[in-house]
Amino acid sequence: MSSQRHTSLLHQFNDLEQQRLSYEVGMWIFLATEFLLFGTMFAGYMVYRTHFPAAWAAGSQELNVLLGLINTAILLISSMFIALAVRAGQLGLGRSAAKFLLVTMALGSMFLAIKAYEYHDKWSHHLVPGLNFEAHPEHPFGLPLFLSFYFTMTGVHAFHMIIGLGIVGLMAFWCWRGRFTAEHNSPLVMTGLYWHFVDIVWIYLYPLFYLIGR
Amino acid sequence: MKEAMIGQPGRHYLNEGGFGWKSWLLTTDHKRIGILYMISITSFFLLGGIFALLIRLELLTPQADLVSSETYNRLFTMHGVVMVWFFLIPSIPAVFGNFLIPIMIGARDMAFPRLNLASWYLFMLGGIVAIGAIVIGGVDTGWTFYTPYSSTYANAYVVLTVIGIFIAGFGTIFTAINFIVTTHTMRAPGMGWFRLPLFIWSNYATAIIVILATPVIGITLVLVGVERLLGFGIFDPAMGGDPLLFQHMFWFYSHPAVYIMILPGMGVVSELVACFAYRRIFGYIFVAFASIAIALLGFFVWGHHMFVSGQSLFAGLLFSLLSYLVAVPSAVKVFNWTATLYKGSIRLEAPMIYALGFIGLFTLGGLTGLMLAAAAIDIHVHDTYFVIAHFHYIMVGGMVLAYMGALHFWWPKITGRLYPNGWAIIAAILIFVGFNLTFFPQFVLGYLGMPRRYHTYPEEFQMLNVLSTAGATILGGGYALPLGYLLWSLGWGKRAGPNPWDARGLEWEMTTTPPIKENFEVIPLVEREAYDYAEPALNIGEQLRFEREMAAQGEKGYR
Repeated sequence: MSSQRHTSLLHQFNDLEQQRLSYEVGMWIFLATEFLLFGTMFAGYMVYRTHFPAAWAAGSQELNVLLGLINTAILLISSMFIALAVRAGQLGLGRSAAKFLLVTMALGSMFLAIKAYEYHDKWSHHLVPGLNFEAHPEHPFGLPLFLSFYFTMTGVHAFHMIIGLGIVGLMAFWCWRGRFTAEHNSPLVMTGLYWHFVDIVWIYLYPLFYLIGR
Repeated sequence: MKEAMIGQPGRHYLNEGGFGWKSWLLTTDHKRIGILYMISITSFFLLGGIFALLIRLELLTPQADLVSSETYNRLFTMHGVVMVWFFLIPSIPAVFGNFLIPIMIGARDMAFPRLNLASWYLFMLGGIVAIGAIVIGGVDTGWTFYTPYSSTYANAYVVLTVIGIFIAGFGTIFTAINFIVTTHTMRAPGMGWFRLPLFIWSNYATAIIVILATPVIGITLVLVGVERLLGFGIFDPAMGGDPLLFQHMFWFYSHPAVYIMILPGMGVVSELVACFAYRRIFGYIFVAFASIAIALLGFFVWGHHMFVSGQSLFAGLLFSLLSYLVAVPSAVKVFNWTATLYKGSIRLEAPMIYALGFIGLFTLGGLTGLMLAAAAIDIHVHDTYFVIAHFHYIMVGGMVLAYMGALHFWWPKITGRLYPNGWAIIAAILIFVGFNLTFFPQFVLGYLGMPRRYHTYPEEFQMLNVLSTAGATILGGGYALPLGYLLWSLGWGKRAGPNPWDARGLEWEMTTTPPIKENFEVIPLVEREAYDYAEPALNIGEQLRFEREMAAQGEKGYR
């Protein structure tokens, strides 16, 4: 039996199917953890939106809806490209997968660049609670709380994007080097799942922060 | 080869790959990782125990004579932080879960061995950061980190402690992912879900809680840290924030975390009771699903910590009702263990004494938990020693006893050596007596109105406090004994043989003692139910041959 073992098959598994299943079940369970991580912040957001509805509406006016829309579009397109990369990987087309992953990385970096510009913009308008904030006459409590949630939630999301870029880069490298085959491509599938998850979080962040008062 | 015949294999996981530090610190063998955890959490347990000892010494007299109030605040906080996050939560899953889960289900290793090692490193990194915070000055918020004290006012190293807990939390999450995936995908042929040992079911239920609850405390502590560092006002009422939200988020994790701490202990007790009553566990399927029910119901009871925090009366009533519901599956387990004992051939070995102790003390802790879940009584005894006594009956009387039971039950399998039985029984009895003497007076103290977290008290409480401190001394002695004789047994203990307890289960019947690195020569085919004590153990002949051989060689203690 050991003479026929696939080179990608790790010692603890009996066959590639068991290995694939384990990897992918593991990733879904990790995403359940991530879901609760963001879920806690969404719960906090909900509580304060109920306390300060007017401040929440005013807060969304402070955000640049066009940049948010562009970023949403960028992430959706990046999701398409990573889906293409996963499919290419499953068909054993490593080089194509690598190219799709590079496009994904480029789009992800664009997203982060725009996000950084937005953060900078908030800083120059004295809208960063705690560090650089000018009290708002109408919403002395609500507005800084809105922005606290904005920075925390988009910040944690951006942190996930940065980690994601690193992983996608590694996958691109591995795909280029021909590490994945039609039988063994679980890491690529897992990366795809992760990237989609991070996108889905943004799908909720965008309306909850940018569109709420419009 | 001759050695392998008599049950002590020539090569096993302890000697294969060498004894160097690299072979331990870079190992991906689940058994060695379990031992790494065992050493680490024993150190944390000693550290937390020293804090507890200082607390009890201070409370010997009504006046403040040993430590100042600031030091006292730090002592009980660090006792809680170390014991909860660095001993109780990892304890049974990380040590025995790691060691046993792959063996019990018939796998060569966890699904993700490298992730498993990474979990230990995260745990240690978190522990070192938290200890660093303790060394440079400590933290005084209570292990609950209630806001706005922790987020705004506390003059202590809150951020560093919180970072330590956050990092260790990810270690716990990765271990839980490993458990769930391993249980799902790595079972040997024939090992159906209802042939799994109940230890697996309870660790599986625990892992579900870990992956769903731990991220909540993680992000909540991040918010506290961000609030301290950057001055956000999410939990600060002076800035419009809501400190109650912190309590909701904290207990959404920390109440389920109570079940993270107790469920693995229940799994151990199921194993011990079946083995030492020499009977199939009564109502296997109910015990198995009771674990899952506890895991799920445990997520809907957190508000019973907040009856006096200003939550609405309606919420209070609802949480009270839900808390009563979670008692049902817990009681199912207790009844099933008791029914298993009925007409069993009971062997009062040291692990069994711990298991019986668990059943009694867990029942007391659970019933007083029902009293606390009734809002009317809770308002009377809230934040008193009644609460302290209640959760120590669960955590120490329950979980620590189960941990000690597991340690004594699987020690021969882990190390290949038997410990001196007489000493082990003395230690088990000392721990039981010392524990009750420590914590039973605290029920009375709390009912009489002594509040928790004060280092002085009115003089009429002194008698009961002296009893409690005396009990703590006995308890400390009880813990010190196993440290001595277990270490002694490593060098001088009798050799164990493959199945010294005549127990059932793959770890006893299908592996050598100690197990080989890949656990099984060939992945076994499972053809029997768990706890099939009606049939003789598969390797009983081998065990008897081993014992005869030892006697023939003139080894002491064999006949």
